[in-house]
Amino acid sequence: MSEITSLPLSRRSLIVGAGATAAMLAGTRTGLAADPLKVGFVYVGPIGDHGYSYSHDLGRKAVEAEFGDRVKVTFVENVNEGPDSERVIRQLATAGNGLIFSTSFGFMQPTIRVARQFPKVVFEHATGYMRADNVGIYNGRFYEGRAVLGTIAGLVSKTGSVGYVASFPIPEVIMGINAFLLAARKVRPDLTVKVIWLNSWYDPGKEADAAKALIDGGADVIAQHVDSPAAMQVAEARGAYAFGQASDMSRFAPRAHLTAIVYDWAPYYKERVKLVLDGAWKSDDTWWGLKEGLIRMAPYNPSLPEEIRKQADAVRDAIAAGTLQPFAGPVKDQKGAVRIAAGETISDADLLKMDWLVEGVQS
Amino acid sequence: MRLELVRRPESPWFGIVAPLLAVALTVASGFVLFLALGLDPVETLYQFMLAPLTTFQSLTELGVKGAPLALIATGLAIGFRANVWNIGAEGQLIIGAIAAGGVALAFWNEAGWWILPLMLAASVAGGMAWAAIPAFLKTRFGVNEILTSLMLTYVASLILQMLVFGPWKDPDGFNYPQTRLFSEAALLPVLIEGTRLHAGALVALLAALAAWFVMARTVTGFEIAVVGDAPQAARFAGFSTRRTVWLSFLVGGGAAGLAGAFEAAGPIGQLVPVLTPGYGFTAIIVAFLGRLSPPGIVAAAALMALTYIGGENAQITAGLPQAATGVFQGMLLFYLLATDGLLRFRIRLTGARSPRAAQP
Repeated sequence: MSEITSLPLSRRSLIVGAGATAAMLAGTRTGLAADPLKVGFVYVGPIGDHGYSYSHDLGRKAVEAEFGDRVKVTFVENVNEGPDSERVIRQLATAGNGLIFSTSFGFMQPTIRVARQFPKVVFEHATGYMRADNVGIYNGRFYEGRAVLGTIAGLVSKTGSVGYVASFPIPEVIMGINAFLLAARKVRPDLTVKVIWLNSWYDPGKEADAAKALIDGGADVIAQHVDSPAAMQVAEARGAYAFGQASDMSRFAPRAHLTAIVYDWAPYYKERVKLVLDGAWKSDDTWWGLKEGLIRMAPYNPSLPEEIRKQADAVRDAIAAGTLQPFAGPVKDQKGAVRIAAGETISDADLLKMDWLVEGVQS
Repeated sequence: MRLELVRRPESPWFGIVAPLLAVALTVASGFVLFLALGLDPVETLYQFMLAPLTTFQSLTELGVKGAPLALIATGLAIGFRANVWNIGAEGQLIIGAIAAGGVALAFWNEAGWWILPLMLAASVAGGMAWAAIPAFLKTRFGVNEILTSLMLTYVASLILQMLVFGPWKDPDGFNYPQTRLFSEAALLPVLIEGTRLHAGALVALLAALAAWFVMARTVTGFEIAVVGDAPQAARFAGFSTRRTVWLSFLVGGGAAGLAGAFEAAGPIGQLVPVLTPGYGFTAIIVAFLGRLSPPGIVAAAALMALTYIGGENAQITAGLPQAATGVFQGMLLFYLLATDGLLRFRIRLTGARSPRAAQP
């Protein structure tokens, strides 16, 4: 922390608005020079979900490894979205955490409310849209990875029917389904996606039941936007293919698991912690994807043919390079109306509000 | 050989000794558990059981978490006394919250002292209406109320989701499934500035007091108890089972509905797809933990709230894994019920073989 005291005044005066908050935080902290920065994480699921919360926890561990005793990291897992989360976030702030990551959409209002009471604490909220001077937001372009999965699904499916176990019909999930189907139809124009909504992020029992129903209905590939490996394990047992969620889940389904979208929060978390340590943090809106490495693809299943790997890699690399737009028009919705005209793509603002499914999705 | 439970002579000490013994056993087991996890057991126990009681803020949080549990359990206990099994308080809570939320949204951004009372009245009516369905089915067709009230919970949850994903969705909310934030006139007043303790906590206490008075001092309370304990005697005395079923469901549903309004207009401030972390179900445990008596229920609700908040605390300050907090909470409940049961009953092994036991 000592380098902050040696910052030239002119540099410090450049820090305006939200940055001043962080600087004040840093300023008060210099009095306790040896004290580590306390960083708190709030997870919606158990870290043992092997999915979303697990991926955040890997990011937490990376922060610990990177900064050693300059930080002191704690986490609270399986926190209910709603009033319970507000108490947990407030408790973390009261316990002296200077930087708090709240990692689920439902923590948005609680985070904003607590942030108002603790202007000197820095908050980072994942997958929401409300910002404040001391609340930054961040998210992943998960749909980019889903386009790669869709490509693979289109190439391996024999029945042309893909089952999709989905959580809530919110923009993040809807854009994922749409990107998946659009990519799949490029390699298999008659492919359809059948969606089952579970209205839950983590419910292994319901996830398994949904996968069974989808396979019974003719699906031979299962995609998912829920957090446990349960649907994949059903696919493994029933001879279908599947994709892991948020982390490499191949050990749960060595035959069925073709690849997974791996959420790698480590680079982002390390950057934000460093900014707070340096007193240079300011409220930001970050949306990283394949290009920045916030998402990447898990190693392919050894059984996946070389030809399919090549096509999947090509999609992945083209999206990362910006030469392939997953939502390049023309795109029609389920009713057949053109939503994105030929030669155009969708703006980030419209993408974040997406509430329509593309033609070919059955739900 | 078989086991028999033999009732011991009643003693007024049981009520005090049982919980103390349970806490002592929980502390001892927790000590071993935390030691085995490689944590400092004294520190962890302190963070779990005492730290939440040491700061003003966390004491008020006990009220925030405990109030809905106490309110719902108080309502349910009246029915449970009469052997009427309303398992669907969770659904009645949701319908109550929907009714209150509907009023809040209809008068969104309007001022008026009457908005909040109207919301609360609507929530009570909503909860009662939802509870009236199993009551009607039971009294008219003899349908088992456990099944109907439970299944209606899932219907209520789907209605809520239909509304927040559809017509009631916040138009400025990026299509996320939630309503607008309620405006000022539709929010519960906070009792103590700077905390989240809202008027609902006060109402929960008053409701417990009222329930105690009704059960202990009125003929209606006596009727309910007799219908539950001795249905034949109740019939002989001319007490109406039908009336008791209706009363149980309406009181239980109304209280749960009101708790729903308190959650929506209190700490949440809007309607969201998942409104409660299962308060309606936890309240059933609270009702029995409090032995169906209102003072006991208030104490049991506070204890449940303490284990939740202590569990969060232990995670934050002592690094206790979340699963271990669940184990600890489970141990406390187990010991409370076990000590209570074993103090009241003695287990006797009898030599007589029952015909059932003789079968392989």
